[in-house]
Amino acid sequence: MVEATEIVKIYGSFRALDRVSFDIYDGEKVVIIGPSGSGKSTMLRSINRLEEIDGGRIVVDGMDLLDPRTDITKVREEVGMVFQSFNLFPHKTVLENLTLAQIVVRKRSKKEAEERAMVLLEKVGLVEKAKAYPGKLSGGQQQRVAIARSLAMDPKLMLFDEPTSALDPEMIGEVLDVMKDLARDGMTMAVVTHEMGFAREVADRVIFMDAGRIVEEGTPEHFFTAPSHERAKLFLSQIL
Amino acid sequence: MAALECRPYRSVLGPVIGFAAGSIKFNHHRRDSSDSLPPVRKRASKRMTKEAKKQIIDVGDGAAIPRKSDRGLFTAWRIAFFGAIGTLGYLVTVKPDPYLNILKFVPDGILVTFQVTLGAILLAIVLGLITGLGRISKNRLFNGAASLYVEIIRGIPLLVQIFYIYYALGRIVQVPAILSAIIAMAVCYGAYMGEVVRAGIESIAKGQQEAALSLGMNQRQTMIHVILPQAVKVILPPVGNEFIALLKDSSLVSIIAVADLLRRGREFASESFTYFETYTVIALIYLIITLFLSKIIGVMEERVSVNK
Repeated sequence: MVEATEIVKIYGSFRALDRVSFDIYDGEKVVIIGPSGSGKSTMLRSINRLEEIDGGRIVVDGMDLLDPRTDITKVREEVGMVFQSFNLFPHKTVLENLTLAQIVVRKRSKKEAEERAMVLLEKVGLVEKAKAYPGKLSGGQQQRVAIARSLAMDPKLMLFDEPTSALDPEMIGEVLDVMKDLARDGMTMAVVTHEMGFAREVADRVIFMDAGRIVEEGTPEHFFTAPSHERAKLFLSQIL
Repeated sequence: MAALECRPYRSVLGPVIGFAAGSIKFNHHRRDSSDSLPPVRKRASKRMTKEAKKQIIDVGDGAAIPRKSDRGLFTAWRIAFFGAIGTLGYLVTVKPDPYLNILKFVPDGILVTFQVTLGAILLAIVLGLITGLGRISKNRLFNGAASLYVEIIRGIPLLVQIFYIYYALGRIVQVPAILSAIIAMAVCYGAYMGEVVRAGIESIAKGQQEAALSLGMNQRQTMIHVILPQAVKVILPPVGNEFIALLKDSSLVSIIAVADLLRRGREFASESFTYFETYTVIALIYLIITLFLSKIIGVMEERVSVNK
């Protein structure tokens, strides 16, 4: 689904990504962890080109992101993204949040879009909030709406950028549950998170990043029990 | 005369729009924008709050709009408004000659003043939208043109612009003075409106744009469906203030033979030699109109923020 080769991202003199290569296969759940500033969000955001990379090559679903002929909106239609700060559209109701891009981008009819939206709201357990404005919802509810909004586009890949970091502890569970359901349904997912429990339970593969590089990569069992790299050991000892 | 510059009172009354690129501060003092966010959102992320703080931009709303929180100003508004009406009423009853005669003579002028103001503000909003979008555009030509426009207009006093456009247009086509006045005012205010629009757009959190883009929307769709509808709410109060400012500045067009309120007053005064009395009435009428409008806009602003 995603092939990234030797990608580089530079902010001023700071190398946020230093020749990072990774693949994400169809149906795979990849969890990316690492200390803050290690480049994990940058890496995730480069997949739908919210960050333009300065070197290397990324191919998403057969489309080369650096090819000037590639229509980036076509890539983004297939790649959903969930943000730390939800980023729901505050001037639209929950239902409108879910239907907007379906209508504008996917060119679905309003009725069709609303039907799809209601199915997804059912899935995240928020049907009764369809007519509410995002401002009236709790953080956990907003994030579930945000997930449903992305899913409404029927993406092939979902990116999660620290989806629970802005949430109160008691709301983290409801969001993770929705994500676990999604994983069970076979969605291809790339998740940047600090939720190690989620990583252990859901990930097919864990990528550990530090200082703009992928330091360690492997199955959760391997990573959490026997990490080979010192930096990863230190990180785990600090958070577990 | 400083009072004849494009935006004299700005420097006195209100915080000035920062034109230096990147350092715009948007002061919708009306309320801390984070207040309207639900509590969870508020602490949603440090990055977001920092962003939000940076986006508080000062578009100089001056003293025009009374705020609920500002009781002193509110009372001052009452005193000024009813005081002006009272004074006018008193003068007209006690000394109908010349006051009543003046009051009968000038209403045509009020109409013209409103025509100029309305025409100019509508045109200025269109110009402002284009300019504002230009100022944030990555297209160098568009951006450069918009910036150049703002720089030039800012550097020329409004009175000079009015003269200039009147005579410049006169060389090409014969247009009625009032149209020329509207164009001149709109060109001037379009530049300021452009900054208001830009500030409004930039006040919308970056995450909104990212969310829209991540859903596959292109720049244009993002702007139309996500950014502008939210920016309008931010822009509305400053636009209201621009409207009031423009109404006051419209008195300048009397210089090119547009029979606005001030011009009508001058006509009356020069025939009757009642200069003091006439300008007293003119000043009171301007005061009543602007205070009335500021109240309406204040109420509108409240409504918009409630509907959020």
